[in-house]
Amino acid sequence: MKHRTPLREALLVFERTPLLSSLSIASIGFSLFTIGLFFLVALNFRRALDVLAERVEVVAFVLRGTPTETVSQATQDITAFPEVLELRFVTEEQALARARRELVEFREAYRDLEVNPLPASFEIRLKPEFRDAAHAQAVAERLRGFPFIEDVRYGRDWVERLDKLRTMAAVVGLVIGYAFAAVAIVIIGVTIRITVLQRAKEISIMRLVGATNSYIRGPFLIEGAIKGILGGVLAIAMCWVTFSVFRKTTGDTGTTLIFFGGLQMTVMMLFAIGIGLGGSLVSVDRQLRSV
Amino acid sequence: MIRFNHVSITYGNGVSGLKDASFHIPRGQFVFLTGHSGAGKSSILSLIFAEQKPTEGEVKVSGYQISKLTAREIPRLRRRLGIVFQDFRLLEYRTVEENVAFALEVTGARHESIPNRVMRALTQVGLASKARGYPKELSGGEQQRVAIARALVNDPHILIADEPTGNLDERATRGIFQLLREINAGGTVVVMATHDMELVRDTGFRTIELKNGRVVYDSGVDDAEAAP
Ligand SMILES: Nc1ncnc2c1ncn2[C@@H]1O[C@H](COP(=O)(O)OP(=O)(O)O)[C@@H](O)[C@H]1O
Ligand SMILES: [Mg+2]
Repeated sequence: MKHRTPLREALLVFERTPLLSSLSIASIGFSLFTIGLFFLVALNFRRALDVLAERVEVVAFVLRGTPTETVSQATQDITAFPEVLELRFVTEEQALARARRELVEFREAYRDLEVNPLPASFEIRLKPEFRDAAHAQAVAERLRGFPFIEDVRYGRDWVERLDKLRTMAAVVGLVIGYAFAAVAIVIIGVTIRITVLQRAKEISIMRLVGATNSYIRGPFLIEGAIKGILGGVLAIAMCWVTFSVFRKTTGDTGTTLIFFGGLQMTVMMLFAIGIGLGGSLVSVDRQLRSV
Repeated sequence: MIRFNHVSITYGNGVSGLKDASFHIPRGQFVFLTGHSGAGKSSILSLIFAEQKPTEGEVKVSGYQISKLTAREIPRLRRRLGIVFQDFRLLEYRTVEENVAFALEVTGARHESIPNRVMRALTQVGLASKARGYPKELSGGEQQRVAIARALVNDPHILIADEPTGNLDERATRGIFQLLREINAGGTVVVMATHDMELVRDTGFRTIELKNGRVVYDSGVDDAEAAP
C-alpha cells in the first residue's frame, strides 16, 4: 500500500480522470492564449507607436546674424531642459548642404545661389517619455521665449494624432484586456468547479472521518496550481506558434515584431497559477460549506 | 458519552426534524433508534457527529458541546467517532485497504503505522483476504464491512450507524448486526438507526423509538445512568 501525500493525491487525479484534467488544462490554456494573443497585439502596437514617436522633433529656427556666443550659450540652456534628449545645431551652410543632398528636385535651383536662403536651426530630440503633444508644445513655447529664435516647428497635427492613437490603444487595451481576463476566470472557474463536484463524495467522506478543511484543500490547491502551470505553458506555447507563423507570413525578419519578454511571461505564468489556485480554493470552499 | 437535553431541530424550510428529545447514552451501550422513515432517526445521528447544530437544547458528545463547536473542533470530534451509512460511501477507484487507510491518512496519522492498523481493522470485519480488491468486486454486505472497518480504524469511542443494513439481504443483515455486537462487546458505544423491527426484537438492547420527531418510547429510561 502506497502512502499518499497531498502531491501524489493531486497527481492521482490526473491519472484517474485524464480526460477531464486535459479538458480543464486546455480550457485554462485557451483562455490564457486568447488573453496572451491580445496582449501580444497590444505590445506590438505600442512598440510601433514608440517607433513612430522617435520622429517627434522640435526644430527652432535661429535669426540670421545671431552671434556664435549666443548660440553656444543657448545650446547649453536648451540641453538643460528636462525634456531634451539630444540637441543639434545646424548652421546655415549645413542646412544648405543638406538641402542639396536630400532634396533632389531643388538641387538645380540651389546650385547658383548667391545668398543662402536657409536659416540656421536647433534640432531637438525629446526623451521617449516626453514625445507627446503637451510636452512638445511646452518645449516649443519655451524656445519661442528666446529673442533670437525666429520660429519653432514640431509637426503639431502629427504629434496630436499620435497622442490620440495612444489614448485609444490604452483604453481599448484596458477594456478588452479586462473583459478577456474576466471571461477566462469564469471559464476556468467553471472547469475547476466541475472537477470539484466530481469529487463531492470524496470530500464528504473526508469530512466524515475528521479531515480538517486545510487538509482537504491541499490536494485541490496543488491540482489547481499544476493545471495553472500547464495551462500557462500551453498558452505561451500557442502564442509563440501563432507569433512565429504570423511573422513568417508577413516576412518579418525578426526586428519589427516582438514577443513577450521574460517579465511578461513570468506575469502570465503567475496569473495562470493564481487562477488555478484561486479557482480551486473558491470551489473547494463552496463544497466544504455545503457538506 | 452522549447526552441530549431537550433538543429540537427545525430545518431551514421550517420542517421539524426533532422535537424536545432528551436521553443519555452511557459508556459501552448498544442503542437502537427505531421509527418509520421521517421519524427523526437520522436527525439525531447527524447531531451526534455535528453535521448540524441543534436549534434548541443541548447535545453533548464525548465531552464536546455540539452547539458550541468551532469549525476546528468538528474534525477532532469526528476522529473519535466512526460513522456508517446505508449507502456505504466507499471510493470506487480505491482498493479496500486504501479506502480504510483513507480515514487514517486524512487525519494525519503516522504513515508507518497505517498498514498495520488497516489490516487489524480489516481482520476484525473478516475481510483481510480482500484487502487488494476493489469495492465493486464485493457483495453489499462485504462493502458495508469495509465501511465499518474504515469507521473502526481510528479506534472510535462511538460508532454511529444510520440504517447500515437498509440495502442488505437477510443474511448479510445478520452478519453486519453480529459484527456491530462484537464491536460493542469491545466497549464501543454503538448507536444504530433502523426500521427493521425483526432485527431489534429479542436482542435486549436499549431501544429509543421515534415518531414525528418525538421520542415516544425509551426502553432505557429506568437505567440509573439515564437520569440527567
Ligand atoms: N436536511 C433536511 N432539510 C429539511 N428537512 C429535513 C432534512 N433532513 C430531514 N428532514 C426532515 O426531518 C424529518 C426527520 O427526518 P430524518 O431525521 O431524516 O428521519 P429518519 O432518518 O427517521 O427517516 C423528516 O420530516 C425529514 O423530511
Ligand atoms: Mg434516515
